[in-house]
Amino acid sequence: MRHTISALVLNQPGVLARVAGLFSGRGFNIESLCVAETLDPSISRMTIVTRGDDQVIEQVTKQLNKLIDVIKVVDFFNNDHVDREMMLVKVKAEMSFRAEILRITDIFRGKIVDVTPNSYTIEVSGDEDKIRAFMDLIKPMGIKEVVRTGKVAISRGSKAI
Amino acid sequence: MKRTGAQILLESLRLEGVDTVFGFPGGMVIDIYNELPNFPIRHILVRHEQAAVHAADGYARSSGRVGVCLVTSGPGATNTVTGIATAYMDSIPLVVFTGQVPTRLIGNDAFQEADIIGITRPCTKHSYLVKDIKDLARTVKEAFYIAQKGRPGPVLVDLPKDVIAGSTEFNYPESVHIKSYNPTYKGHRGQIQKAFKLILKANKPLIYAGGGVISSGASEELIALAKTLSIPVTNTLMGLGGFPGDHELSLGMLGMHGTYRANMAVTNCDLLIAVGARFDDRVTGKVDDFASSAKIVHIDIDPTSVSKSIRVDIPIVGDVKDVLRELNKLAKEEKGDWRGLRKEWLDQIFQWKSTYPLAYKQKDIIKPQYVVEKIYEITRGDAIISTEVGQNQMWTAQYYHFTRPRTLLTSGGLGTMGYGFPAAIGAQIAFPKKTVIDIAGDGSIQMNIQELATVAQYNLPVKIVILNNGYLGMVRQWQGLFYNKCYSQTSLDASPDFIKLAEAYGVVGLRATKPEEVVPTIEKALSISKAVIMEFIVEKEEDVYPMVPAGAPLREMLLA
Repeated sequence: MRHTISALVLNQPGVLARVAGLFSGRGFNIESLCVAETLDPSISRMTIVTRGDDQVIEQVTKQLNKLIDVIKVVDFFNNDHVDREMMLVKVKAEMSFRAEILRITDIFRGKIVDVTPNSYTIEVSGDEDKIRAFMDLIKPMGIKEVVRTGKVAISRGSKAI
Repeated sequence: MKRTGAQILLESLRLEGVDTVFGFPGGMVIDIYNELPNFPIRHILVRHEQAAVHAADGYARSSGRVGVCLVTSGPGATNTVTGIATAYMDSIPLVVFTGQVPTRLIGNDAFQEADIIGITRPCTKHSYLVKDIKDLARTVKEAFYIAQKGRPGPVLVDLPKDVIAGSTEFNYPESVHIKSYNPTYKGHRGQIQKAFKLILKANKPLIYAGGGVISSGASEELIALAKTLSIPVTNTLMGLGGFPGDHELSLGMLGMHGTYRANMAVTNCDLLIAVGARFDDRVTGKVDDFASSAKIVHIDIDPTSVSKSIRVDIPIVGDVKDVLRELNKLAKEEKGDWRGLRKEWLDQIFQWKSTYPLAYKQKDIIKPQYVVEKIYEITRGDAIISTEVGQNQMWTAQYYHFTRPRTLLTSGGLGTMGYGFPAAIGAQIAFPKKTVIDIAGDGSIQMNIQELATVAQYNLPVKIVILNNGYLGMVRQWQGLFYNKCYSQTSLDASPDFIKLAEAYGVVGLRATKPEEVVPTIEKALSISKAVIMEFIVEKEEDVYPMVPAGAPLREMLLA
C-alpha cells in the first residue's frame, strides 16, 4: 500500500540524512520526499510517500518517531487529507500543436511559464490523477523534460498536526 | 569568566558526575588532554580506540552509569565504530567524544579528517557536531540525557579543534528539555489490566525476559511477579542475571543455544510475557513457529521493538520497572493458589529438564564446559564475567548461572569478538575490589590482546580465561554440522605462546592441560592480585549443544 506521511522535524543540518539513512538502512523505499521550512523557522516539514504492508508502515512511522530530531509523524492513509504536487513540463510546441497545448493547459488550469518559438514550459499542480491525466494528454506533443516536486499533504478540517 | 572549550568540556563532565574517561590522545584533542590533569577525572589510556569504547561499555554495563570515551579525529574516530555499534545493538549508554579538524577545514579532506557523524549515523542513538563553542555545554548535557533516557544507547559528540581551543562564558544548564524526545515511561493502565487478565486465564504462562530488565533495574520486580504468580522465567543472553539462574522457576537461556526446557516451554506455552526483550532472530528461530500457540504480551520502552518481527496481542510501551510494578500491585490483590494451578505446567517443565539437562562428559581432555562450571563454583557466582563471542560465550551463558543483574558483560546483538577483555577492564575500573573474569577463546582474545599493556599499566587484576581449542570454534562447529566438515580458514595454527605473552606484558600466565589441573589453576589465578591469563587446552572439536539450526523452529534442537 502507498502511504503519505508527514513529519515535523527540527530544522537542523543532518536531519535529512538521518531520515534518508533510516529508509535505506532498513530497506524501506521512498517514492517521493519533499522538505521545507514551516511557519516556525526552527521546524521543517517533510512529506514522504512510501510503500509497504501494514507492518512495514508501522515500523516506518515508529522508526521516524524514534529519531531524536523528529517531533511528530502523521500517516495520512486513514485520514481525510488533501495532497498536491507541482510539475514543470517542457514540451515541444511546433506551430501546428501550439493551440492544442494551450487549450489542454487551460483545461487543467496550468500556466505557461516560459515560451520559445518551438517550446512551452508549463506549470501544473494538482493531485496525482490530475497530473497523470495531464501527462497523458500532453505526451503525444513530445515532452522534452519533466520535473516534479513530489507530494505535499495536509489534513482536511480545522485541526492542524 | 571565560573558559576554553577544553575546560568547558571537562567541567561539564565533572558536573555530570563522570569520574573515569577511557581514551587515546591525538592531534585534534591535545587541548583537552592538556587540561585533563587539572580535573578530578581519571583517564584510562587504552592501546586501541576500539578498546576504549568496549571498556567504557563494560564500565556502563557493570555499574549502570554512562561510559565515556575520548579519542582523536580520523582514525581515532573510525576505530571506535565497532565499539559504538556494539553498544548500540545492546542499548548501552555511552557518550563518545571525538576530535575533529577545525571547522574551516571540515569537508576539505584534511589530515586525519573523517566524517564520523556520517559514518556512525546508523549505529548511534544520536550525534552532534559542535560548530559553535556557545553550544558546547548544552550539547554535553543533552548527550548525557539522551544516552540514558528511554532506551539507552551511545551518543557521539564531534569536537572540532577550534571549538575546543576557543573560549566563551561557561554556564552548565541544570536541566534539559528536548521537545522532540519524550519517551513513554508509564505503561498504559488499560493495557496493563488486559495483560493481567490474560495472565489470570493462562494455564501455561511463561516470562521471556531480556536486557530491558537489567537496564531498567527491574530485577526485583521481575522476581516478585514470577514468584507471586508462579510463572517460570526464561532469559535471553542479554537478560541473564536479571532473574536468578539458580532459582527453581528459572529455565535458563532460550534460543539457538538455549536449554531444552526453555525452548520446549516457549513452544508449548499458552501465554508468553516478553519483558524488555526484542524477539531477536537468535531467540525466535523460525518466527512462524515461535510461541505459536500462545498469546503474547510485550512490555518494552521502545515502540519500534513492538511488532517488529512478531505479532503481539497486548503491547505495553513503557519502562519495564514501572509496568512490572503495576502488574505486581494487581497480582497482590488477586488471591489464588497459583502454585497449585501451575503444578501440571511446572511438572512438565521439570520433566523436560530431567530428560535433557545441559550435560557433558569430562574424560581425559579438558572440556570447556567443565572450566566454566568450575569458575562458577569457585567464584560462587559472585564475579563479574565478560565473554568474547562464539563458543566461549555460549558455554558461559549455559554453565555460569548468573544470579544478579549486571554481572554478565557480553556482546549479544552485534556479536563482537574482542569485546570481552576491554569490557572486563571497564568493569574492573568500576569495581576495583571485585573479581572480574573474561572468558575467551584463543581466537577472540587476540582481537584486543594489546590491552594487556593497559591492565599492566593500571595494575588491574583482570583474569582472562582462554579456552584454547586451536579453532575459531563456533564457525568450525557450523562447518562441521552444515558444511561437510570443510574447516576452511578456522584452524588457528600459529597462536602465540599465551604464557610467554602474558609475561612479556608483565602479567601472569598459567596453563592447564589436564582436567585435574583446572581447579588448582583457577584457584591460583584468583589468589593473585595481578592480571592473569589462564590458558586451558581444551577438547579441540567440542560443540555447543543444544543447537537450533538457523531459521529452524525452536523445538527442532540438535541435542548432541
